[in-house]
Amino acid sequence: MTEIIVVTSGKGGVGKTTTSASMACGLARRGKRVAVIDFDIGLRNLDLIMGCERRVVYDFVNVINGDCALKQALIKDKRLETLHVLAASQTRDKDALTEDGVRRVLDGLIADAFDYIICDSPAGIEKGAHLAMYFADRAVVVVNPEVSSVRDSDRILGLLASKTHRSVNGNGGVKEHLLLTRYNPRRVANGEMMSVEDVKEILGLDVIGVVPESPDVLSASNAGVPVILSETSDAAAAYEDAVARLLGEELPLRFLEEPKRGFFARMFGG
Amino acid sequence: MGLLSLFRSKPNSASIAKERLRIIVAQERGSRGGPDYLPLLRRELLQVIHKYVNVDPEAVQINLEREAGNEVLELSVALPQKPPD
Repeated sequence: MTEIIVVTSGKGGVGKTTTSASMACGLARRGKRVAVIDFDIGLRNLDLIMGCERRVVYDFVNVINGDCALKQALIKDKRLETLHVLAASQTRDKDALTEDGVRRVLDGLIADAFDYIICDSPAGIEKGAHLAMYFADRAVVVVNPEVSSVRDSDRILGLLASKTHRSVNGNGGVKEHLLLTRYNPRRVANGEMMSVEDVKEILGLDVIGVVPESPDVLSASNAGVPVILSETSDAAAAYEDAVARLLGEELPLRFLEEPKRGFFARMFGG
Repeated sequence: MGLLSLFRSKPNSASIAKERLRIIVAQERGSRGGPDYLPLLRRELLQVIHKYVNVDPEAVQINLEREAGNEVLELSVALPQKPPD
């Protein structure tokens, strides 16, 4: 059985691509066959975050148009054998993605016995975002504890409940999860940032992960190595937990509190 | 800045954010899922009513409710109070 998971948010810049890359790596590291697809047609980015930008020959739209076979366009990850990337096209043609085209590509991946297909949605609620979520079985809604991100997420939840294959055909709907990123426990403690509980209460969804704000996320994207592979990073551990929860493990949320700093650290900074 | 203000607690911005979101999200959820013609229907009904009675635009409420496969369109108009004769 192949499970199709959309990583979406509405608002841009909240960490969809970072999350798609890390979740895909985490699943592949557990031996699952994973394909991660960039739906942001025109603005290809997932390849950079995955570190395979120089190996893109064919893209998503090439496969849809029949310019190449699906296998030719799937880029095999150099680190994880079961992980594959399908890059977005850089075409400016807004109609390059079609429902039928996307369905054919997904069917091809299902026939190829992939365990997971991660759809990295573009920001907004236009066609790319619509098609990224349309065939999903599950949705990971990435949200920052910030007003505009939370409001946009709620809008996306509305679309997931009404404009997806599962909701239209009454197949029990899309299973939805929240994933908070850029979480800053110190600011939450000071009352300057909404807490996990606040966001959970407003959106009324279960939380699959909380990723603390971390300099490691930028370093990882600089290097083209998904942050989940940064061994000593809290952000990596948080993504690893989220992957485990996605697979049904029950783990308590971590990194919700500021790490206790010793006397010297407090005196001399660091 | 007076010395006292150092001790006075600042309004907690996270709770302001939460309260604002709670209200706007509830409002947007309420209008979601209805057919796209609902706002236009509301406007046109208002125009018709306006021909006969001078009502406040806010006094016309349209609600769509779904129950057991039925959709009920509920229209309520609060008429202005009659001036005493």
